[in-house]
Amino acid sequence: MKWDEFFVTGDPLIYGAMVSIVLVSLAILVGLTYFKKWGYLWREWLTTVDHKKIGVMYILAALIMLFRGGVDAVMMRAQTSMPDMKFLDGQHYNEIFTTHGVIMILFMAMPFIFGLMNVIIPLQIGARDVAFPRLNAISFWLFFAGAMLFNISFVIGGSPDAGWSAYFPLAGIEFSPHVGNNYYSLALQISGIGTLMTGLNFIVTIMKMRAPGMTLMKMPMFTWSVLITSVIIIFAFPVLTVALLLMMFDRQFGTQFFTMQNGGMDMLWANLFWVWGHPEVYIVVLPAFGIFSEIISTFAKKNLYGYKSMVISMLVISGLSFLVWAHHFYTMGQGAMVNGFFSITTMAIAVPTGVKIFNWLFTLHKGRIEFTTPMLYSLAFIPIFTIGGVTGVMLAMASADYQYHNTMFLVAHFHYVLIPGTVFAVIAGFHYWFPKVFGFRLNERRGKTAFWFIIISFNVTFFPLFFLGLQGMTRRMYTYSEETGFGPLNMLSMVGAIGLTIGFILLVYNIYWSTRYEPRDTTGDPWDGRSLEWSMPSPVPVYNFAVVPEITKRDEFWFAKQEGKSLSDKKIEKIHMPSNSGKPFILGIAFFFLGFFVVFSWWTPAIVAGIAVLLTMAAMSFDRDDGYYIPVEEVVQSEKRLRGERV
Amino acid sequence: MLKQLFPVKHVVGYVASLVLTLIALVVLMDLPAAVEIGILAVTAILQASLQLVMFMHIGESSEKKSLYINIAFAIFMALVTIFGTLFIFVWGWYA
Repeated sequence: MKWDEFFVTGDPLIYGAMVSIVLVSLAILVGLTYFKKWGYLWREWLTTVDHKKIGVMYILAALIMLFRGGVDAVMMRAQTSMPDMKFLDGQHYNEIFTTHGVIMILFMAMPFIFGLMNVIIPLQIGARDVAFPRLNAISFWLFFAGAMLFNISFVIGGSPDAGWSAYFPLAGIEFSPHVGNNYYSLALQISGIGTLMTGLNFIVTIMKMRAPGMTLMKMPMFTWSVLITSVIIIFAFPVLTVALLLMMFDRQFGTQFFTMQNGGMDMLWANLFWVWGHPEVYIVVLPAFGIFSEIISTFAKKNLYGYKSMVISMLVISGLSFLVWAHHFYTMGQGAMVNGFFSITTMAIAVPTGVKIFNWLFTLHKGRIEFTTPMLYSLAFIPIFTIGGVTGVMLAMASADYQYHNTMFLVAHFHYVLIPGTVFAVIAGFHYWFPKVFGFRLNERRGKTAFWFIIISFNVTFFPLFFLGLQGMTRRMYTYSEETGFGPLNMLSMVGAIGLTIGFILLVYNIYWSTRYEPRDTTGDPWDGRSLEWSMPSPVPVYNFAVVPEITKRDEFWFAKQEGKSLSDKKIEKIHMPSNSGKPFILGIAFFFLGFFVVFSWWTPAIVAGIAVLLTMAAMSFDRDDGYYIPVEEVVQSEKRLRGERV
Repeated sequence: MLKQLFPVKHVVGYVASLVLTLIALVVLMDLPAAVEIGILAVTAILQASLQLVMFMHIGESSEKKSLYINIAFAIFMALVTIFGTLFIFVWGWYA
């Protein structure tokens, strides 16, 4: 392999990206050395097993990936903003829509949700950490290794270019001979292992580590949604694992699973991909429903309407999510009976989802509604998501889908579902739980400005795409002629994309501004919250609960506040905590190099990296570390210090 | 003492899983298709049960209810995937 096959060459945009990657990396290295922060970084972050810090790292990584995926999106909109645009060539456009999709779903939405899960779930159920803290660190570093591996592809070797669904035969070695789709199979595989372990970890945490008295039906709604999501994860992700493995074998070892000769079947990839891919949609949207439930009930100052029906509808959604996958390929050639079956199951999902929408509306009914930033996002979510849902039912009708299939109508639909459903939820959750982690709120006025920019620009960006789709503009086309008449609406969409960019810049600026100027919160409960996480001082001490509270009803903390009763007046005992470990981080690095060498089929270094992976795992299994105890005096002192100013 | 130092169960499980993998490679020889599928099915089921018993500690928990719910759901998912795929590509294929 020559060096110009190794590095991506010939595009000034890519050269600019290379230069900025080198400069930023140098700046980080120099900065860490100059401010003598290497030790701090290693002790406090790289080796941490604290669920709160792991959550913060997930969210930070997700924000960076949001930036990366967002740049891809703006470039796509710029390229299609005018007829016969020459900004990107076809190949570059293919790579960008592929990485945009993969990054936004797997490296932005999922880690953002995992971050919020990590920070909040143990606090909501009265636990001191997740069930397997070190496994949690491994999950994070495997996700991070996968994300970085995927991201370097655009400067080294070339990015995958067969769409985020990587359909065969296009993604096969015959039509995509360069390494791009090897990155796809390996990066997703590595981060997928991490995801699977997160799912296991949270099921055990929620089933086994709830505070005494907290039965399943007394859990906060976000915890319920995460429990159900984790179940979907452990049943859906193995399918992706197998499919990606077969893809790797096809591309790198000459097997014929998804090829078109020797008994292979290209359509089987699409089938397996969506057996995982549809539940995946619910993996990112159910926790979002949980977040909205928490926020709406907090700021309507009412308990959640229809708690039981919320739980049941989530269970029904999780079951149905495994029975609808063929609606992603109605046009592939199966008969009317198959399409009819999957049409009905798909439309059935609208029923439990509708139940949830009505529950939120009834929670708002006669509530004393406070229009805070997180509440604004939640209120905006309801109507916008409903547009996404209704167009979803349109797409669910198999015969009508022959018209919509692979047009911009579909693109508009899933952005109308995923952006309000997931992105608004994680932003709302980010604003809502920010004071719990950092001890101060994000500025409300600046937050609301960003909200209005985002909400209006979102509609300006994506609403025109419905019409473009109905006019016949297909997705993934990198250019069009003037006669098509697609120009004006695409230009309008570009204007919206610029507005969205400004909105997200304002959001990030608000983080910076609030860090410097926003007054610190001394109560630990700035929103007058309902669930247990607000009963603790902010930022939360490393051991979370000095004494684990006893639960007698739903929203225990809310009622304790009403009765003026304290949840933490029991005797403090010494607290058992897990110790930090550098091995998960090392395992992540080893997996990164293993993935990288396999991408290029460099077998000798790949075997060396593989041995490093095995040795790290062996070292972990011989670790005899039972954690440490925080003595009573230290807990008493830190509680006094943290709660000293509390009324 | 020796038992603690040498985890017999795990080593036996590990070796057995390697042996089962090697047996599955028999299908590389020219055998009738039915025999090949049979060998793969039998070794796959043995392999899966081996992993569950030797490494995933199935049945070591005192709480049986959640275990059965889990197994039932897993089998349901596997059957849905297999028969759903057959439904799409074989029985319901437009021809």
